[in-house]
Parts: sequence; structure tokens; C-alpha cells
Amino acid sequence: HTSFNFSSSSSSLSLSLSLSLSHRKGFTVFSKSLYASTVTPHSSYLRMSESVAAEHDYIGLSMEAAQMSDNKTKTRDNNNNKNDDVLNFKATELRLGLPGSESPERVDQRFLSLKSSCPVSGAKRVFSDAINGSTKWVFSPGSATDVKDIKPAVPVKEKKSSAAAAPPASKAQVVGWPPIRSFRKNTMASSQSQKQGGSDNNNSETEGEAKSGAEPCLYVKVSMEGAPYLRKIDLKTYKSYVELSSALEEMFSCFTIGQFGSHGGCGRDGLNESRLTDLLRGSEYFVTYEDKDSDWMLVGDVPWEMFICSCKKLRIMKSFEAIGLAPRVMEKCRSRN
Amino acid sequence: MGASSTLLMVSHGHCLLCLLFSVVRFIYIKTFNSFDSFRIKSLPSLPSLSLSPSLVLMDRRFPFKVLEHIFSFVDSNEDRNSVSLVCKSWFETERRTRKRVFVGNCYAVSPLKVARRFPKMRSLTLKGKPHFADYNLVPDGWGGYAWPWIEAMAARRPFLEEIRLKRMVVTDECLEKIAASFRDFKTLVLTSCEGFSTDGIAAIASTCRKLRDLELRECIVDDLGGDWLSYFPETSTSLVSLDFSCLDSEVKLSDLERLLSRSPNLKSLKLNRSVTLDVLESLLRRAPQLVELGTGSFSDELDPEEIAKLTKALSELKQLKSLSGLWDLLPEYIPLLYSLCPRLTSLNLSYATVQMPDLIDLLSRCSKLQKLWVMDLIEDKGLKTVALCCKELRELRVFPSGADLDETDVTLTEQGLVSVSEGCPKLESVLYFCVQFTNAALVSIAKNRPNFRCFRLCVMEPFAPDYRTQQPLDEGFKAIVERCKDLRRLSVSGLLTDKAFEYIGVHAKKLRMLSIAFAGDSDLMLHHLLSGCQSLKKLEIRDCPFGDTALLENAAKLETMRSLWMSSCFVSFGACKQLSQKMPRLNVEVIDEHPPKTRPDSSPVERIYIYRTVAGPRLDTPEFVWTIHKSPEVGVSRLSIR
Repeated sequence: HTSFNFSSSSSSLSLSLSLSLSHRKGFTVFSKSLYASTVTPHSSYLRMSESVAAEHDYIGLSMEAAQMSDNKTKTRDNNNNKNDDVLNFKATELRLGLPGSESPERVDQRFLSLKSSCPVSGAKRVFSDAINGSTKWVFSPGSATDVKDIKPAVPVKEKKSSAAAAPPASKAQVVGWPPIRSFRKNTMASSQSQKQGGSDNNNSETEGEAKSGAEPCLYVKVSMEGAPYLRKIDLKTYKSYVELSSALEEMFSCFTIGQFGSHGGCGRDGLNESRLTDLLRGSEYFVTYEDKDSDWMLVGDVPWEMFICSCKKLRIMKSFEAIGLAPRVMEKCRSRN
Repeated sequence: MGASSTLLMVSHGHCLLCLLFSVVRFIYIKTFNSFDSFRIKSLPSLPSLSLSPSLVLMDRRFPFKVLEHIFSFVDSNEDRNSVSLVCKSWFETERRTRKRVFVGNCYAVSPLKVARRFPKMRSLTLKGKPHFADYNLVPDGWGGYAWPWIEAMAARRPFLEEIRLKRMVVTDECLEKIAASFRDFKTLVLTSCEGFSTDGIAAIASTCRKLRDLELRECIVDDLGGDWLSYFPETSTSLVSLDFSCLDSEVKLSDLERLLSRSPNLKSLKLNRSVTLDVLESLLRRAPQLVELGTGSFSDELDPEEIAKLTKALSELKQLKSLSGLWDLLPEYIPLLYSLCPRLTSLNLSYATVQMPDLIDLLSRCSKLQKLWVMDLIEDKGLKTVALCCKELRELRVFPSGADLDETDVTLTEQGLVSVSEGCPKLESVLYFCVQFTNAALVSIAKNRPNFRCFRLCVMEPFAPDYRTQQPLDEGFKAIVERCKDLRRLSVSGLLTDKAFEYIGVHAKKLRMLSIAFAGDSDLMLHHLLSGCQSLKKLEIRDCPFGDTALLENAAKLETMRSLWMSSCFVSFGACKQLSQKMPRLNVEVIDEHPPKTRPDSSPVERIYIYRTVAGPRLDTPEFVWTIHKSPEVGVSRLSIR
């Protein structure tokens, strides 16, 4: 069981900040549990191997979680406003042409391979980068500080007054006060923003929000294969796929480090691939989401506003056999080669 | 002499029963007033009672069967705990007959011991994390794992039928184990639990043939979809209560309809928010016998025909007593509920963002209401209506609707609570969120309603004084504890000095649970509480300026309590060490997410959680929790399974 050393300076900075800010409010960090990738038919098998480890893994996880959320707080504080990418419906049009010849933004969104947030040039293809080993989903401590352009996030409920304004980071929010259960807070937050959506002028294309009775697509759970617990994020705090990807990158960084450190990840007993292939495949992370029709889609195909309306859940896949996106994804990769 | 005289006595069973009962009660009152959950202690010798010697002799020779029969009338666990402390034979008899086991702190005793002690156990209730975990004050991963308990029970007590867990971490594996191990499993109630997914629920649904109650109350569930509902076998007809209001994803309507159609005993159904209003009618049609209903979202656009059908379906619910859910309730749909109001005893509007005039419309028709949960949108005027119309009201909770302190623009003041206390003679439990308060209001509330058992006032602005006089709220709370002799649970807030706690210590003799935030001046405060409140069982304190002295002086008191939580107070590491040394049967746990490199004795600790236990330090502490070791040189230890 590896332990991580984020740079001590960042953690001491986050110490003072996290004490005064309510960094917990937006997250629901699940404690150690035996989440298996229940999607696969081999899930019970996987679960067994994890369950043996259960007793041993109580230690350290929440420390990581605490560190993770600290870092998250930190980066949310060191923010500059990012110029939002303007996405339009044109982006969903099907086009002919080689994958590499598309616009930078499109490529970047299509495979949310979660590198650092510099936009990918048109010719650069994600999968080939993986082969070269330059794109790894490994987050060195440095990358955390690189991500400065995450929009300041209010991890808590929406404010009635300001929809997209900067959060009141100066206002010292006390953790756990007033004493209201997080279940209630989350419910009220999502219903408030639902009401807001009707009167909000910003997202004019988001009919989904203005519709009453539509499912509030705000707090979504993000799970990752091999990770012992889920995170919960508020999609409204991000304005583009790039922001989302950086945020996810941060959140799940420690798992990847751990997995690579311990020879290809935990619980991958079912796969008999060689280590190299593992690395190749493993270094490519696909972010998928479940939409309103309960279909699992690759993140990045639709414009951002549409995405946040229809996304119910996020899942970061490491291996593509998992959900049946496999054929599609494999084809895409093959076509790129 | 023995057998025949005993038989003779039994034949005059009645008076003997009464006599034995009085013995039990006498012992209970005199000696064992302060216990709540059971403890395994060295048994005291038979106390000298002022009873005739022949009666004492008869105790010793009472056959097991007779005792057993008598104990079957002793229901409450408190009484049973007292009974079990009288003598060895009573202990043995009692333990063999106890069916319902309650463990208030899952770390106070080991699961194995509990399993061994109660062979006839049918129902187990456990509580895990401290109460302040509800407000994010306990970091994730702290503990409260249900697995060791489930494992122990599965191995030894396969006839267990009911499991109720609160604030514990339950995994899918736990749920699967439950499904696989307990043949007659009937009841699963999880409150504020986490760590499992809908797959675990599916396992329970599919395997427990006699499942009666499946309730998930405010749990955090990894929601993998609504399929779990289809796992109820077609042959299952035993369902009595189903609550999945905390789940997010949609369940298939056809699954739900079929389940309702074949569950004639279903009394309580709480849907989740994704069940839309247009399908509600078809569900209600299939379950007209419901006593408790939690609707889904109440905000779809319905055409007049649908509205008519829904109104009819709602009016068919002749036995409905409790209504909840009502998410996003639109004002135009309130009239649909009118037919239910006259019979309602419990109404939960705490997710319905409805304004005051509409609330008045609704509540003025609910004359039998006993429990009302509502948001502060009800305002003082609404509460006045409640005071006029709901004379049976016993419990009132008013939650804040605004996201932050400065967002409340509703006129809910202390006056609202005063009117309710005046108008509702049976009111005994209150949870009230309000921005400011006055001493005068508290005094009148206390005068009006001395029958409070639970009084939780949350003045949302920390350190807020009486806004008329600028005085601390000491006098107000003094009135409350003086007059309400039966007060069991109290939460205080606002500006409070040590005096307030002196009053509480002196007067609140029956107080069992006390929650304090941002209050007090010095160690005297804690000292008053620990030396004064005789029945205190749970004390939780945050952000108060004291610690060491009072804690050490009153260390013995801590063993009579279930637990003490202190966060962001001035407790030093050295005091924790001393406390732990002094009291061998306390676990002193330090929770520090940002531990210092070195720990001198004077360094403050972030949070401490102290609880009595016979199980020793726990073995599953995460990295940020340290159990202070009993021997001084070691300082802290983190015992863990690696």
C-alpha cells in the first residue's frame, strides 16, 4: 500500500485554507467500501479479491481523501478566470475526414484523456501519445499546481443572487454550520438551481434546466475503475470539458500513482495481458457518462451544455472491455492508427 | 420445601408477579438509574433490600422458567439491563430471553460478545459514527463498519430477523452476507449509512424470501440504476414497508406496479424523487391500503384529466396517516392533498418549497396533525395557523430554506415558536432554525410548554445575543431547563456564558443528550455540565474555549456516559494522555487530519472522541485517528490490522 507525498508546501498552504473553508461541502467522499466494477460479469470475482483486502485498507484512504480535497481546495483558490470555450451545436455535426484533421477543441473533448490542460493540436492524436508513453494519467504533484485555470467553484448550493459569479471565498464558511444534514443540503441545492435555471440567462440553450420536472443534472457521482470509493462533483462549477478533465485528474490522481506503483493495479486478476499492454491500455483513461436514457457514452461527443443536461453519472474506465463501449472505442483507436 | 412452595406461590401468580415487579423496580430506581445500554461488569452481590427474608430466599430458588416468564413482560432494554445486574441467575435468565438488542456505540463492545450473550436475539440495532458526522465534522473513513457485526451474527445467530443500523458503513458484501445468512430475515433499516450500492439492495430483495421492511433513510448509495427493484421475486408478497427515497435513479414503473399489486400488506411506501407525478396515480391505485406515503417529485405538468384521476386516487387512501416527499411541490397541486389532510398525523413538507399562503391553506385542514416538518417559508403567520388548527401537534421541525445565513428573507422569528408553544398543548419535541432569538421568547416558551422532552434551538448566527437586549441567552435557557423537568435532549446556540451551563447542570436532571456550539467562556462550563447533569449520556461540543481542566476533573463521569465529542476546543494532547491513563475503560481517540510533526503535551488536538468501552481500543482506525495508549510512554498508538 503506497503512500503519497504531495509537496509539503502545498499541503501546508492547504492546511490554513481548508481550516477556514468549507471544502467538504461539495464532496461526498465515500469511505472505504467494496465497490467492485459491478458492470462486468466478473464483478463478483473481483469483489472477492478486494474483500480480502478490505480489512487492511482502512488505513490511509481518507488521509488521501483529505489531501485530495485539500489540493482541490487549493487549486480552486489559486484561480484565474478562464476564457470559456464557446461550444455550439455545430460541434455535434458528423463530419468526414481523418480524426487528426479536426479542430483542436474537438479532439481534446473527444477523448478526455485528461492530460494537463494545454489544448491539443489537431495533428496530435491521443492514442499515439499513449503508445509513446508521454501521456500518462499519472499526476505528478506539479500538475496540481499547473491547473490554475479552473473556474472558481462553489462546491455548495447555488446562490440565489449570483449564478456564475465568483464564489465568496473570502466569506469564512464554517464546516458543519448551521447543522443541517448533507442529504438535505444536496437536495435543496439541486432543487434551488432547478428553479434558477428557468430565470438564468447564461445558458440559453439549456432547455433541460428550465423544464420543470427534469432531473437536476448537477451533482453527479464520479467513479473510477479500481478506485475504492466514489467522488461527487457539481457539474455546474465547470464550464467546459477541459476544466472538468483537470478536476477529475486531480481527484483521482492518487489512485493511478498507487496502481502503477503496485504493478498494474489492484484487482486486475482477470486480465492476463502482458505488462506492457497493460501499461499501454492502462495509461489511456476514458471518461464515460451515463445519460438520461441510461446509455453509457463517451464524454466529449456533445457540446458542453448538452452534456451537463443529460449526464447522470461519470465513470472513468481504464480498460475498454468493461462496459460494451469496447467495440466502438476499439474501432476508434484502430481507425486512428 | 422448594418446589412445592414455589408452585404454591405461582398459583397465586398475580400478587407474586406484582411483588417481583416491585422488586425489579425498586432495584432499578435505587441503584441502577444511570445505565442505558448494557454493560458487562462484575456482578454486584445481591443488594440488601428491606424485604422479608423469605422473599429473598425465594429469589434464589426461583426456577428458571418462572423468571423467564416474568422477564418476558420486561420490554425496555433499560429495564432489562437493570434486571441483568441483580444477580447471576437473573443475568443468565435475562440474557437467554432478550430478543431485541440495542448497542448505542458499535465500538463499546465486541460483536462476538454480543452474539454469544444473547442466543435468542432476533433484532439488532447498532449506531456507529458520532452524531456530528451528520454535519461533516467526522472525516470519511473514520470507522463504523458494519461488517464485523454482520459476520459475527451470520456465524452465530442465523435466526436474526431484523437489523437496524445508523451512521454506519455498510458494504455490498455486508448486504450479500445478510441475504445469504439469515433465513428468516425480515427487516433492514439503514439510516444515514453509506458504502453500498444498489447491487447490495438487489441482493437483499432477491434472496430474502420473507422480507418485510426495506428502508433506506437518507443513505448515501452508489446508485447503479433502478434495476434492483426488479429483483423482488414474483412470489414475494410479504412486503410491508419500502423506502427508497434517497436513491437517485429511476426505477421501472412496471416493476413497481407489479410489486405493489402483489403486496397486499404494504403499509409504507416512500418513493424517490425520480418517480414523476404522472405515474403516481397508477401506483396509488394499486396500493390503497397505504398508511404512509412518500411521493416522488410533485411538479410535472398534468392535464385536467390526469389531475382528476390523481385526486381520486389520493382520496381513495382512506388509511393514510403520514405524507412525505412532495419534492418541488407546485402550489397549484396543493388542493389535490386536501382529501388527505383531515386524517393526517404526520406531514413532512421539508422539501416542498411552498410559500406561506399555500402552506396555511394546507395546514389549516390538518386538525389531527401530530408531527410537522416544514421549512421556514412557513413564517410566523403560518405557525400561528398551526397553533390554531393543529391542536394535537407533538413534534415540530422548522428547517432553513436559504442556502446561507444572509439569504433568509423570510419572516420567521422567535414569535413563530412562541405561538406554537402557546397553542399546542401536547408539543414535546422541537427543532427550530432561526436567525435570532430573545430571552423573553424562551421564557414564555418554557412557561407555556413545560412538557418538552426534546428542545433543539439553532440560532444560526454564531454568538448571536438576544437581539433586543443584547444579553446572552443564559436566562432563556435557564427557564427552559428549570421548567421542563422531563427534558431529555437539548441543543443550545446563540451567545451563552458559563452561567447558562451552570443552570443546565443544576436543573437538567433528566437530560441525556446535549449539543453545544460556539458557547461558553471557560472550563467552568464543562465542569458544570459534567458534575451536574446526572443522566447525561451524550455530550457533543464544538468550537468552545475550554478543555483540559474540566475534563480531567470529571473523568469518572465519562464512564457513565456513552460518548463525548469535542472539536475545535482547547484540549491539549497532554490532557488526553492523562485522561486515558486515568480511565482504563475509555477509548480516547484523537482525530487529526493535519497532524503536527511532533506532539508536545501542550499541543492542541483538533477533535477528540471519548467513549466507554469494554472492547479495548479499536483495530480499524484510519490514519487520522489515534487511540491514546493507556501507558504514558507510548503516547499514541494506532493499532490496525495490516
